[in-house]
Amino acid sequence: MVQLTREMKRLVDSENGTVSREIFWNQDIYDQEMEQVFARSWLFVGHESQIPNPGDYFLGRMGEEAVVVSRARDGGIYVFLNSCRHRGNRVCRYDHGNSFTHVCSFHGWTYDATGALVALPYHENGYDQMDKSKWGLMQARVEVFQGSIWATWDKSAPSFHEYLGGADMYLATGLLHTDGSDNGAEVLGGVVKWRLGCNWKVPCPDTDITHGWITHRSTALALGVGATGNPVRPQGDRSLAVGQVRSRYTVSFPEGHTMGVTIPEEADPGWGESGTWNERPAVREYLREKFELRRKRLGVMAHLSVGPAIFPNEGWLGRVVRIMHPQGPAMTEIWTYFFVDKDAPQEVKTELANYYELYYGPGGVTQQDDMENWYALTIASKGPVAQKLDLNYQMRLSEPPLHGPTEFDMPGLFAHNYSDENHRRYYQRWAEVMQAKDWGEMAPTQAAAARGDWMTNRNGR
Amino acid sequence: MADLLSNEELLLRLEIEDFLYMEADLLDEHRYEEWLDLFTEDARYHAPMKRNVSSKEMDKELTRESIEMSWFDEGKDTLEKRVAQIRTGVHWAEEPLSRVTHFVSNVRLLDSGSDKVGAGEIRVKSRFLVHRNRLEDEDNTWIGNRIDTLRRVDGQWKIARREIYLDQNVLLSKNLTNFF
Repeated sequence: MVQLTREMKRLVDSENGTVSREIFWNQDIYDQEMEQVFARSWLFVGHESQIPNPGDYFLGRMGEEAVVVSRARDGGIYVFLNSCRHRGNRVCRYDHGNSFTHVCSFHGWTYDATGALVALPYHENGYDQMDKSKWGLMQARVEVFQGSIWATWDKSAPSFHEYLGGADMYLATGLLHTDGSDNGAEVLGGVVKWRLGCNWKVPCPDTDITHGWITHRSTALALGVGATGNPVRPQGDRSLAVGQVRSRYTVSFPEGHTMGVTIPEEADPGWGESGTWNERPAVREYLREKFELRRKRLGVMAHLSVGPAIFPNEGWLGRVVRIMHPQGPAMTEIWTYFFVDKDAPQEVKTELANYYELYYGPGGVTQQDDMENWYALTIASKGPVAQKLDLNYQMRLSEPPLHGPTEFDMPGLFAHNYSDENHRRYYQRWAEVMQAKDWGEMAPTQAAAARGDWMTNRNGR
Repeated sequence: MADLLSNEELLLRLEIEDFLYMEADLLDEHRYEEWLDLFTEDARYHAPMKRNVSSKEMDKELTRESIEMSWFDEGKDTLEKRVAQIRTGVHWAEEPLSRVTHFVSNVRLLDSGSDKVGAGEIRVKSRFLVHRNRLEDEDNTWIGNRIDTLRRVDGQWKIARREIYLDQNVLLSKNLTNFF
């Protein structure tokens, strides 16, 4: 695996399960992240359903910077930096719309839906030497996965498929139709955006299973249903007592992706049986009907419903995607996208919208308490004394992973459900990306080698 | 110029203003259960989001109720759950309770007229400025307007519908734990 420099190992020590608080506060480290992490990684920028027609566009974000996500006349999707090549002004002023031209409000440089410079005032007698084709808006590489749109600035980055390192099947679960067919999801109108005073990394590694009983105690007491919308299994040996929940694991990838996975079993109840839908009968009936089809299409894997956090800043909660956009070391702008089946009856979409609104986002009964903690830990870690105290990620540090992926024929590194293994993996990858000069030094081949170490040593460290 | 108000209309406006100020007191004094009693059983509490759209497409500015996402899209049942959550004492985002002050102004009766004085339902527009101060130095301000539909039930005004229009696009606070 990638050898970390001494300085980087001081910040992220996976062998001892510690992370320096500096990486959540230090401005120099933050500036380096913008270059090393955000300018080189594949980033989620939106979903095809937000731009169904040619000329449709919406504003996205890559790191701190605004991008236009646009569908051109040929149906292709383009992602370009929302900064005029002339004097740097913002070109697109709207959250979304439909237009085949984007006209800069400063001097009128005009770009088409692909981001190409197509017109500029005084061109003929003022810029006789200028080659317009070289002055289009800065283009990102774009890939579409099950309708979700991903972009990177780095021309040497591997394909998105390689970048996922085998996490594809998990990422697909929320993007498929409930009946298991491809490209079945759409984003409900209105991306929910808000600012939170914490470092962007704090909410990223998934899954932090041990926070739920205390952070979300008030939700459990007052509302009494699960917050993810995932199936709630029968009580008994799978109850959420502290200890291993049978067949549930944290799963990580050397590429930095992290998630919690419940191994699907034949006897699992369908998604419509979750207690979450007790007060939402239209959703329950709909899920019962569609899940039957999913079972037929996907077999036992139909039950797989995980929220993979794709490195560096994408995460899932049920069928909700949230992106942590950096806004300085101690400020994050969270954008949340809510998915439903695109052809679901309006009644079902409405019940789901109400459900999402109640649990997620700044008004969400669950997330409010997460954000209180993320903000408070940021404030309490600011001082020079606190800054010298490393954070603890030692849960089950000495235990090897419970099972390798071959046991279930599922990709990823499986570890105990109550473990910090995912966090250690996430920050290890962050450190590798932060010190790597180029993709050659952090390519999936390196990550694959790390995977080999893991399987050989049974601990991967 | 608007028609002169009749005495009945003036009295009605005073009555409605008094109702809104009393409601603000209940919220600011953390008397949430009494506040809930001000809502009808079928009440709607909706706060759409505002998008940056072309001035020619202002009809697309607001997210649509029950079809698109909102800051809030609630019935009385979920408002009750939110209050119950605060009362658990372990709702960390409101533990300890925030200090909140509601300013309500620009109160205007819509669809007003002498024929509405005796009506069972009336729409009221108002502006709000909500200030929240929390723990040592956390401080937020939200400004916007509301359109309420008030209904007379057994001689008492109740809120049958509240529309909350917040003047923000990206919400500039970490959460919305308080009521508007």
